[in-house]
Parts: sequence; C-alpha cells; structure tokens
Amino acid sequence: MTTPQIRLELDRISKSYGQRSVLHNIAAEVETGEALLVTGHNGSGKSTLLRLLAGLQRPTGGTIRYIAAGITYSPLRAQGLVGLVGADVQLYRELTADEHIDFVARLRGLSLTPQLRNGELERVGLGGRGTEQVGGFSSGMVQRMRYVLALLHRPPVLLLDEPTTNLDQEGIAMVDEIVAEQRQQGLLVIATNDRRDLHYGDLVLTLDAHTN
Amino acid sequence: MTGAICTTAIWFSRSMHTPTERPQPTLARASWAVFQKDLRAELRTRYALNALVMFALATVLMVSINLGSQLLGSEPLTPLVNAVLLWIVLFFAALTGMARAFVQEETAQTAALLRLHAPPLAVLIGKWLFNTLLLAGLTILTTLTFGLLMSLHVGNLPLLLVVLGLSSLGLATTTTLIAAIIAQANVRSALFAPLAFPVLLPLLVIAVQTTDLAFSGAAWNQALANVQLLVAYVLLTAASTMLLFPLVWEA
Repeated sequence: MTTPQIRLELDRISKSYGQRSVLHNIAAEVETGEALLVTGHNGSGKSTLLRLLAGLQRPTGGTIRYIAAGITYSPLRAQGLVGLVGADVQLYRELTADEHIDFVARLRGLSLTPQLRNGELERVGLGGRGTEQVGGFSSGMVQRMRYVLALLHRPPVLLLDEPTTNLDQEGIAMVDEIVAEQRQQGLLVIATNDRRDLHYGDLVLTLDAHTN
Repeated sequence: MTGAICTTAIWFSRSMHTPTERPQPTLARASWAVFQKDLRAELRTRYALNALVMFALATVLMVSINLGSQLLGSEPLTPLVNAVLLWIVLFFAALTGMARAFVQEETAQTAALLRLHAPPLAVLIGKWLFNTLLLAGLTILTTLTFGLLMSLHVGNLPLLLVVLGLSSLGLATTTTLIAAIIAQANVRSALFAPLAFPVLLPLLVIAVQTTDLAFSGAAWNQALANVQLLVAYVLLTAASTMLLFPLVWEA
C-alpha cells in the first residue's frame, strides 16, 4: 500500500491582533515524510502559527493550503486531515477518558469498539484509567489524552505544540514513537523551544518576535 | 466477516485514509453527541440547572408573596398582569442560564476541541437541543409553580401549551445564537442581555398577548394570528441561526 501524499503550503502568512503584528510573511512547504520544526522566543508566534494551521484562527494575510489527492483544502475545510496536540486544546473535566474518546469518535463518524478504545488508551500509557474523570488527571495524563484524541482519526497532518510538555521519560518515548510513525504516514509541524524536541524536525522555521 | 467488522479492522490498522476515503460524520449523529456531552456534563455539575431553578423559584416566590395579598381582595390580578409576570420570570431566568452552553466552552478553553473535531452545524444543533431541553424544563417548573402560588385560572389550556412551547422554542433558538456570538467577546456577561433583548422583544410581546388570551379563555380563532406570528418567528430565527452560526463559529 502506498502512502497517500499530502503537502502543506504556507504562502506569506501574516497575523496581527489589532496593531500588534505576531507573524509577518511566513512561508514554508512541508510534504509527506517531513517534519517542520517551528522555533522562536516566547511570544514569537509559534502557537499562533499552529492555531492558523489547525483552522482555529484565520490569518490576517497570506494563504495556507493543504493539498491531498490533487484537492486543495483551506485549514477550515481540512478538519479531517489535521490533528492538533497543544495546551490550547483543553478537555472536559466532568467527562471520563472513555467518554472523551467516544465523543470525538462520534463527531468524526468513526466506528469504535470498547477494545479499540482501550487499545488507544494503552498506547499512551493510560490503560485502565478510562472510567476516571479527566478533571482528576495529572497534567501529564491530560497531555497523553490529547495525543489519543488528536490521533483518533489517523490524520495525515499532525500539529504538535510543545509536544513533550509535562511528560515523563516514558511519555517522551511515546512521543518519539508517534513522531516516527507519523513521518512514515504523513507530515508534522512541531512548535517547540525544548532542546529535547529538536531532533524531531528536519526542516526548521525560526520565528523572531522582533523581525516578524 | 461482516462489513462492519472489516471496516473497524481497517481503521485500527493505523493505515492512513485518503481524503476521499475518510469516514464522514452524519450531522444527526454528531449533533446528538454534542447534546449528550452537554447533558452529561450538566448533570454532573448542575451549574446551569441550579442557577435556573433557583432564579425561577426565587422570582416566582417574590411575586407571589408581594402580590399574593391582592388575591384575597376584591380585585385579583388580571390575566394580562399574570401573563406579563410569568414572562418576566421566564425571560430573565432564560438569560441567566442560556448563555452558559457556549460561554463555558470558551472560558474552559474546550471550544478548541469542538472546533477541531465537530462540524459547525452539529455544534449548533447539539447546543440548541440542550438549551431547548433546559428551557422546556424551566418553563414547566416556572409555570406550574406560578400557577399554584398565584391560584392561576387558565381558560384555554391547549392554547397556553402551544404558546409556551412555541415561545420557548423561539427563546432557545435566539439565545443559542446570541450566546455563540458573545462567547467570542471579552465582556461576555455584560453583552448577553443588551444583544438578546431587542431580538427577543417581538417574541415577548406576542407571547404575553397570547398567554393573556389563553388565561382569559379566548377561542382559537381569536389567537390564530398570534400563533402564526410565533410560528413565523421560530422559523425565521431558526433559518437565520443556521445561516449565521458557521460564520460566528469560524470567525
């Protein structure tokens, strides 16, 4: 089976909040098998860029395109292609881990048996915790749950904002595995300043708050 | 092997879906998932439920204690005054709880999860179903309590039920859209009433008039024009909400 090709193009992306410019004329191209590492100072716009790529915000200028199977999608229409892990994605404190998975699966139109659901939790080291409310989870466990939900629909584009935040050594190994697997099946965009994460990327985009 | 098992096995194999092969959620299934999620979360926290019930009971009690003495006198409250009082309670109780459906998603930063995974219309329909259920419960509780404490006489009960049903539907539809709009703003609570009131004013005026007719025991043909207006209001707000919501949600 051949890996489906997907391509991400950022063409002169700008983002401003009122008078304050966060991103200015950002350009990049990423294809299947590649990982783009986005680095920069605090406030340089790394998380903003990922929000734009996920369709959570719109750029002030420029164009973002996902091209898959000859069809071009804007981020707003690429919901099925993209998975995002980041602090922007908070979970429902009142719901259990199982309920979160079921909820996202139903929103996505996925068939999910209890065995598959448990398999997803075991993959991120949360086996046996499915019936616990997420409000009682540690920050590391919440981060692991973000991976489960982001990967549930097997997105060809995986966006990671500070991917190893709050994770222990076992969790970091899990991220290593997910990144390696994703590179074989799609592309990644990773925003980070953590030295441990630098080996995940082969393309580097450095944002500078002063020159953006 | 059945088709369903086979589909699941393919999905579990971690193979990538091409865009055309990707499973598509049905609007009904996704909407129901949003509704069930909201209902489950509300039943566990009971924030909106407690606020609505407390507001409704407190205002009905306040009205009955202060105006109840008039019931013993020679001039009981007219049907119109009863209708106005009932709708004041329902309107402000609705404003207390209806905004929560969207505002809570933004303040708890869970809206991003919905935006990433749910079709916009599914979010709207799920939230609308939840608000409609909440408002239906509030309307039943308030009307029964109000009726008992104020010794209310209803001349045309079927008409009252139709008015309450249609008006609640209109109230839930409008407040759901306005809640989605104000959820994006920084001063959310301050915006809800000023934005909601002008849009809801026509609904409230017709609802009060028709409730007055129901209390007075008016015949159906006397209330027909008002009922038609209520139906038109519900259809108009529902259509506008369906058209406007994706723009608000994806702004």
